[in-house]
Amino acid sequence: MTALPESTERKLGLVIDLDTCVGCHACVVACKGWNTENYGAPLSDVDAYGADPVGTFLNRVHSYEVTPPDAAPMVVHFPKSCLHCEDAPCVTVCPTGASYKRTEDGIVLVNESDCIGCGLCAWACPYGAREMDALAGVMKKCTLCVDRIYNENLLEEDREPACVRTCPSGARHFGDLADPESAVSQLVVDRGGIDLMPEQGTRPINKYLPPRQRDALPVAPLQTPEPSTAGLDGFLGWIDRTLTRF
Amino acid sequence: MHPAPSIIAFTVLSGLGLGLLAFLGLGVATPTGLAAFFWFGLGYALTLAGLAFSAFHLGHPERALKAFSQWRTSWLSREAVLVTAALIVMAPHAAGLVFWGRPLIWFGAIGGMLCLQTVLATSMIYAQLRSVPRWSHWTTPAVFLLAAVSGGALLLGLTIAAQLLLAWLGLALVLHWVLGDRRFAASGSDLGTATGLGARGSLRQLEPPHTGQNYLLKEMAYVVARKHALKLRVIALVLGCLVPSALLWVAPYTVISAIAAALMHVLGMAVARWLFFAEAEHVVGLYYGRRP
Repeated sequence: MTALPESTERKLGLVIDLDTCVGCHACVVACKGWNTENYGAPLSDVDAYGADPVGTFLNRVHSYEVTPPDAAPMVVHFPKSCLHCEDAPCVTVCPTGASYKRTEDGIVLVNESDCIGCGLCAWACPYGAREMDALAGVMKKCTLCVDRIYNENLLEEDREPACVRTCPSGARHFGDLADPESAVSQLVVDRGGIDLMPEQGTRPINKYLPPRQRDALPVAPLQTPEPSTAGLDGFLGWIDRTLTRF
Repeated sequence: MHPAPSIIAFTVLSGLGLGLLAFLGLGVATPTGLAAFFWFGLGYALTLAGLAFSAFHLGHPERALKAFSQWRTSWLSREAVLVTAALIVMAPHAAGLVFWGRPLIWFGAIGGMLCLQTVLATSMIYAQLRSVPRWSHWTTPAVFLLAAVSGGALLLGLTIAAQLLLAWLGLALVLHWVLGDRRFAASGSDLGTATGLGARGSLRQLEPPHTGQNYLLKEMAYVVARKHALKLRVIALVLGCLVPSALLWVAPYTVISAIAAALMHVLGMAVARWLFFAEAEHVVGLYYGRRP
């Protein structure tokens, strides 16, 4: 049954630092690469070299401009993938049981051989985390690289999601958010990590660290005032007064 | 949301068929012999045709049987179970009327209730989605249920019932549109909550994550010109409710007027269902800078 587990032993997830992300899209490429070459149906592209390319991605980086009322505008790069919600609406709507949340680590997965490709789970997700693969006809989503994180054939340092492993700016962190002592939980506490769209009632596991406040520019006149001869005295004052007469 | 023709055809046709079967099952109309064969045949045909259309929407229709398994949690699965149960339970009642001229009232009554519950389940597939604020409202099941029963009453020529139900359907449609226009704002979701950056200042999309199309944009951030929305609402109301109702007033129940009224009604409901999808905004559009 695609009922959600009442609680999960661990809550594996990502903590994404919006202060550090430089918007290079390396995580997008690493994700696409790993999830095309490994578990499940490959993430297909249609018309990849044509005029209108379309493809399946599990992770995408948006870019926004924030303009505070009293400071200079700021660019925020915003990577978005499945948030592995505790109250995942995508799981309970699934008619076949293909969509499920694991009790042991909280990862939300799709059993592709049970998926009928109805698309209802993608409708139910407020975050746009699920994409139907155009060629395979099944729903694709972030697996939190479940085939990497437990994979004993990989080196210890590679046992984390491909997006985290590849991030050159250290903006992505992976860990157990159920453990208050874990590095990711500490980061969330220290930096005031937030949920996306809390009003949707999904209780996401992934957290976002808001950008740190920028240093304020020292208040300085941007331009020197218009040149003026007011208040000149001495020799220059005499020239000014003399020339003004003519 | 993308108004897929297969889903519009499915919800309109099977809704009509199930509304018709509900009246036949609940004993509002008890035709016998050939007439019963025609009416039950029409009800089954409309419902099954709708179901066939819905299969076109699936990526893997060959696995459709798996959709019967998750009735405890999924409205889509409940819909599949209920429609199958309705059609099976109704069959002895239909056979009784066709071959022996005698209704099997218990089969009919339970089958009729199952028909209405199927329509309710269909509507709840949409009404349950918090991510689509326009749908997640009581007017969604009201519109689906009233559309089904008014269509059924219209087909059977139940003049008074059809006119009452069509009036209620018109009211439900108007409420769905008018209240629906405020649902997105009432949901509290905006680009600020979507990114968590709302408290920082004003926000705008600087760069989209991809230059081309994708599944999310085509399926959920579907945007169609809203220029004609008001005209289409009027067309839906006039064709779906007013014209059939007026036809019942002016013309006595003849085959021609009944067919004309039913066709107008189906056309109007198809327009209304198209609007139901095309006007519904999914919150994921916020990430792409879309504003409802």
